[in-house]
Amino acid sequence: MVERLAYAFLFTIFLILVPLIGVGILNLQKVFSIFVPYLAFLIFLFGLVYRVLSWATSPQPFKIPLVAGQQRSLKWIKSSYIESPYTKTGVFLRMLLEIIFFRSLLREEKVETHPKKWLLFTSKKALWLGSIIFHYSLLVIALRHLKLFFEPVPSFVSLLHRADSLFEIFLPTVYITDILALLALLFLFFRRILVRQVMYVSYATDYFALLLIISVILSGALVRYFFRVDLFDVKRFTLGLVSFRPYVPEVVGSAFYVHLFLVSFLFAYFPFSKLIHAGGIFLSPTRNLENTSREKRYINPWNYPVKVRSYEEWEDEFREMMREAGIPVEKEEKES
Amino acid sequence: MKEEKSVPSDLSPKDENWMDKKVEFKKGTYCYGAPLKHQKYLDLPHPREWQPHNEDWNLPENWKEIILEGMKSLLEKYRSFKLFMDICVRCGACADKCHFFIGTGDPKNMPVLRAELLRSVYRRYFTLSGKIFGRLSGARDLTYDVLKEWFYYFYQCTECRRCSLYCPYGIDTCEITMMGRELLNLLGLNIQWVVEPASNSFRTGNHLGVPPPAFKETMGFAVDEIEELTGIKIDVPINRKGAEILFVAPSADYFASPHWYTLLGYLMLFHEIGLDYTWSTFASEGGNFGLFHSYELMKRLNAKIYEEAKRLKVKWILGGECGHMWRVIHQYMDTMNGPADFLEEPISPITGTKFENAKSTKMVHIAEFTADLIYHNKLVLDKKRNDKWIVTFHDSCNTARSVGLFEEPRYILKNVCNYFYEMPENTIREKTFCCGSGAGLGADENLEARLKGGFPRAYAVRYVKEKFGVNMVACMCAIDKASLPILLDYWLGGVEVCGIHELVGNALVMKGEKERTKNLRGEPLQREENEKGL
Amino acid sequence: MKRVYDGKKIITGLVLFLAAFTSPFWYNTVFGTFDYVPELKVEKNGKECVKRTSYMKTNHMVLLRFWRDEVVRSGKRIYKKEDGTEIEMSLSGTCLKCHKNKEEFCDRCHGYLGKAPRCWSCHNVPREAKK
Repeated sequence: MVERLAYAFLFTIFLILVPLIGVGILNLQKVFSIFVPYLAFLIFLFGLVYRVLSWATSPQPFKIPLVAGQQRSLKWIKSSYIESPYTKTGVFLRMLLEIIFFRSLLREEKVETHPKKWLLFTSKKALWLGSIIFHYSLLVIALRHLKLFFEPVPSFVSLLHRADSLFEIFLPTVYITDILALLALLFLFFRRILVRQVMYVSYATDYFALLLIISVILSGALVRYFFRVDLFDVKRFTLGLVSFRPYVPEVVGSAFYVHLFLVSFLFAYFPFSKLIHAGGIFLSPTRNLENTSREKRYINPWNYPVKVRSYEEWEDEFREMMREAGIPVEKEEKES
Repeated sequence: MKEEKSVPSDLSPKDENWMDKKVEFKKGTYCYGAPLKHQKYLDLPHPREWQPHNEDWNLPENWKEIILEGMKSLLEKYRSFKLFMDICVRCGACADKCHFFIGTGDPKNMPVLRAELLRSVYRRYFTLSGKIFGRLSGARDLTYDVLKEWFYYFYQCTECRRCSLYCPYGIDTCEITMMGRELLNLLGLNIQWVVEPASNSFRTGNHLGVPPPAFKETMGFAVDEIEELTGIKIDVPINRKGAEILFVAPSADYFASPHWYTLLGYLMLFHEIGLDYTWSTFASEGGNFGLFHSYELMKRLNAKIYEEAKRLKVKWILGGECGHMWRVIHQYMDTMNGPADFLEEPISPITGTKFENAKSTKMVHIAEFTADLIYHNKLVLDKKRNDKWIVTFHDSCNTARSVGLFEEPRYILKNVCNYFYEMPENTIREKTFCCGSGAGLGADENLEARLKGGFPRAYAVRYVKEKFGVNMVACMCAIDKASLPILLDYWLGGVEVCGIHELVGNALVMKGEKERTKNLRGEPLQREENEKGL
Repeated sequence: MKRVYDGKKIITGLVLFLAAFTSPFWYNTVFGTFDYVPELKVEKNGKECVKRTSYMKTNHMVLLRFWRDEVVRSGKRIYKKEDGTEIEMSLSGTCLKCHKNKEEFCDRCHGYLGKAPRCWSCHNVPREAKK
């Protein structure tokens, strides 16, 4: 584990050093402010399309929903509309619950062995809570950044800023989601170290993914709270990017470049790592299919004919003994 | 005295790098290789005599190529496979959901790692990150040891799908195991307990290899037994053309115990309601061990059911109590061997109920059928005849998580017995624990693994035994009926296992029957005095 | 080319996602507001600001907050600039003397960056700055 962690940390540090050296020493402002973000975004877009199409080009040959509730069968038995969906709406709701509510994760219960009682089940919602907080905080953080990409700023973005900065203790106001995201990420990170089952299945890349996002948020916080950047200049820069009139910001400092580079890397890394689960969940065949397998025929596009044993062949082997036993056979007359 | 059985002590993995740990074929934990004769009969690839514990598996020279080619082809055929290879984040939610992991504590039985066995190879040969970062991103070379590991762990998974319930992305280890087995089969690496029944079924029509005359004879025994119990001589139609319904049950029902009593239950029920039906000696198997082998073999075996329904010109098909049989029928049959346009939409001839949920596949589960009869008051039932039993219900993985048959069997049970208690909530319905012997693992040589795998179920039964005095586990799966008695005997003792229709048969008041003094097992209806204070 | 299965749903989903995700590009290009850079109006009256412009750009809120605390909590009203001149710590009395037009100075930039300053929840805007 130490080794895996070390690699993850080293690589993260390497990623932080790249822009520091690139901008701080080599003065490659243009490369890091314009070339890198564009390239990363392109990799993200094409990678994502490539990944989704790679799934889409394989058919789902069978209808294999994982049924988590009573099937629809007899009219007087109450069927489970969402857990064993039999309509498109039911499937839609099931998917909605999975995607926005992490429904399956909410089932989480820990099993432990016990010498007397044999097994202990404890309902655990920590992973669910941590994931929910992390994902939603990240979403809000991402949406907040839209203020840099739209002019005029959409009202919901301004609203989000106001809602997110409830604490006015510090100046600039501390965003709740920054803190929540960090806490949740730390929880997920330490969980991967301390919970032995999870530690056991974690790779360097699993630690790295968390460290990368932690670094993104921390560098963002640095830019916001410590090495203040001139937002006016930053917005000119971001608008320049999205309007294809690149503008190299003048005085934003290394911390900003670190943040920008890490975000760029995250984008480029996304489609080619496990982070792509965000797209994959939509296609999950155990969740997005109706449990109506016997009601509507499902087509497998590559359903090929197989070698079967026909009744005739079978009867040829057993006809004699069948006749002796008085079991009806097909070819009775012909044979006798 | 049974309390001293060693309960698995710790579910925390001890060592650190699972990739380095070689698999050890310890006697009692793995299944034997398939006999040559049966491999040949089914024209399986690379047939040969081999055993898992042999150092040399006698693989074809280009085995790596075969596997990687096979993997490529499966990735193109199965979106499920491709997706499940790509989207796992190793959150660990599934880790302690597997009965084999709980029972053995072997970390490679954590569903996530079972899948990683394949994923690691997938990453190495099919993804960019795996090619670049190698081990750091969880990629590794395909080696002989990896192959052995695949064999060991893909034949230590019962495809019960419990882990998938808890997975935030719905990753289904059953699919993973099926793919793993497809690949192993390309090299002729399969087990006796799967291939032999499959070969039997292909040849004779059923897993046990019962030839038609023996089938008839055994039905004759059943008729005699029923006559002895009830005084009524019933008729068992076999291969009767023009019957309304074809009845297909797992072959264990007419050859194994306690399945046998379920068979008696079916026969009595069909006689009592005057059902126009027939058995078939050609389609004399509802189960399908092809499912545990490969798509192709599953389809080959399954084809018999529709072919026979067509030949016998029945209107629709009724299916008996079986677990994986219903996985195949519910989620695969129509897709593989349909459309069943030569059949009619199933309607109960007794109640007139349309089974709309089966209108395309045209096959109805007997629990649906019987529940409907009871609901419409078509049966006279005397619950008291089951008073000997304090009953609980074990949801079979396949009828639970792949079909959603939860209420039908419970409704029947509550109508045929007075004492019915549920096991703990996290061990039933969609959260049900496997018996530990599904997916072709019900062999003798791997008994240790089976008993460990069934441990969570044993725990749940012990719970209701101690709390409510439960002494009977009802279930509707032939593998359950074969494996639970051994399992419960080992862990608990004093609990028996039966099918739903055995209890139906006990309670069923038949027209013109003599006074019943014995249940279908030939035991007195009530508990003996000395048994009462259990 | 390989066949896409469930293409309708998957491609629709993908296109919707891409459309949303690239919205800054087409939104700004279509609505043409991308090259808007607000112009901030200052009437210098020959005076220098309290601190350097570069400092004020990123840290004016820190200074204002410091002023507020000094005035409200410690009752101090005089601030010594770096060059030794003393000024009154007052938003309306000092700042708005040069930055006369709130709309064309404060609001323009804050609007551009989507941040509503909280100054005006207590402070009245002097009439001449209101325009």
